[in-house]
Amino acid sequence: MTAFRAVLAKDLRVELRTLQSIPAMALFAITTFVLFRYGLDRTTLTGSLAAGVLLATLLFAAILAINRLFAAEREEGGFDAMRLAPIDLTAVFAAKAMGLLVYFVILEGIALPIFGVFFLDDWAGLAPLAGVLVLADAGIALTGALVSALAAHSRARELVVPLVLLPLLVPLMVAAANAAEPLLVAGGPSFEGLGSWLAVLALYDMTFAAVGYAVFDFVLED
Amino acid sequence: MKVPSLRVQSAATVAIIVTAFALVFFYAPLDADQGFIQKIFYLHVPLAICALGGFVVAAVHAIRYLRSRDPVHDARAYVAIHLSVIFGVAVLITGSIWARASWGKWWVWDEPTLVSFLIVFLLYATYYPLRYAIEDRDRQARYASVFAIMAGAFVPLNFAAVRLAEPLVHPRVFATANGGLPGDMRLTFLICLAGMALLWLTLVRFELAAKSASARLARLRRALEGESAPAQRSRIAPAVPPRTVSS
Amino acid sequence: MPALPLDEAGKYVAAAYIVFVGLILVYVAIMAAKLQRIDRELGELAKIAERTRSRDG
Repeated sequence: MTAFRAVLAKDLRVELRTLQSIPAMALFAITTFVLFRYGLDRTTLTGSLAAGVLLATLLFAAILAINRLFAAEREEGGFDAMRLAPIDLTAVFAAKAMGLLVYFVILEGIALPIFGVFFLDDWAGLAPLAGVLVLADAGIALTGALVSALAAHSRARELVVPLVLLPLLVPLMVAAANAAEPLLVAGGPSFEGLGSWLAVLALYDMTFAAVGYAVFDFVLED
Repeated sequence: MKVPSLRVQSAATVAIIVTAFALVFFYAPLDADQGFIQKIFYLHVPLAICALGGFVVAAVHAIRYLRSRDPVHDARAYVAIHLSVIFGVAVLITGSIWARASWGKWWVWDEPTLVSFLIVFLLYATYYPLRYAIEDRDRQARYASVFAIMAGAFVPLNFAAVRLAEPLVHPRVFATANGGLPGDMRLTFLICLAGMALLWLTLVRFELAAKSASARLARLRRALEGESAPAQRSRIAPAVPPRTVSS
Repeated sequence: MPALPLDEAGKYVAAAYIVFVGLILVYVAIMAAKLQRIDRELGELAKIAERTRSRDG
């Protein structure tokens, strides 16, 4: 437990001091919203279009953070420190994933209201949407931490991460989009079918938590 | 169980596939709604099943590699994924031809099994750039194994999610190809499946034999020419360690 | 009873099977090329072995 807390605290403290990832993600998301406004030539979005624009933007913003996740370890030799310390390397995986989750939640705290201001006529669906997003974020965080670790030792790692990560995230996007769509329809949010999509998201999260738990040791060892 | 020689296995593969195709065109009856187009399924579905099976086999070999660190398992995982990706290309092309024949378009998004397969294919296609990007061979093998296990766990998840996304009113044509098949169609299908599976296994043995021969040649060359000889030809295809491959 | 109508549907079915056979043949061709290379290298190595043996005499 202490290893988990130590790594998480370190990452959050670094982020707070250097403000590397979160402002970049937020700025990227907002600019992308503007791009979509012109790309789609629409000033309001509802239903599946709104869900798609929001989720795609959040996903691409997430990749920015995922690319940088192990940058400090790689550059400053943190990997050796982790290997030498008498800790369970799975705690590192959990801490990194949790760090990503925190970043994503903060990102959504900024991006969701702005999305609402830009595109939504009716804000009633935003609160339940935030709940859906947290579940989706967990999945992106878990998968992202795994893939980021895999890419950390490869050349062209900024290419490898999106390349490998995006297909892996398709089922998560399918579930999240289908869950979000009825929440954003024109006439006010509808909760029909939400349960089963949340179940799929939870299944996705559990699968990648299990896979990460099983294989992360092998990724981090020398 | 003694493994048959490669020659015998190849001959058996040819025999079964020829028989299977003969059954498809001369024995299996015409489908009531799809007509002659349905014959594509005898090719498309067995190929898909073998490709997906191959990905699972690769995951198993990957687990064995991580446990034993014996590079032969990494080689087997690599070859399994390689051949399943090639089978995947065949699945997507035949699936596209079927879509065009049935619905006039070269691709349809509302056939969940085909779309799921595309996503799985795209994922496994990233296996090559991932291996290529990691220079240290030992690490490459390790990370490739992790990838194979992750992707193997991903496959059922993907199919479940995409299938759920399709409204159930839409007729699931592939369902008819598997369950609820009349007897003579089922027999034809099963023989086709056996043929494709044997084809996959035979091609895997070819690949492994070729790799083994290349590796032995490299070692021989190094023994004769000294250390100046190049150690390995390919950056990503793992070398098969010295071991007699039954031929 | 053979079912071989050569109408529209027949062409697509034929295309699918031809793609399959084509892919197998491409694979065989690539394997053949690999075998040729292995054969050539074996020949070179055999020459080197001969040379070494005659040198050591």
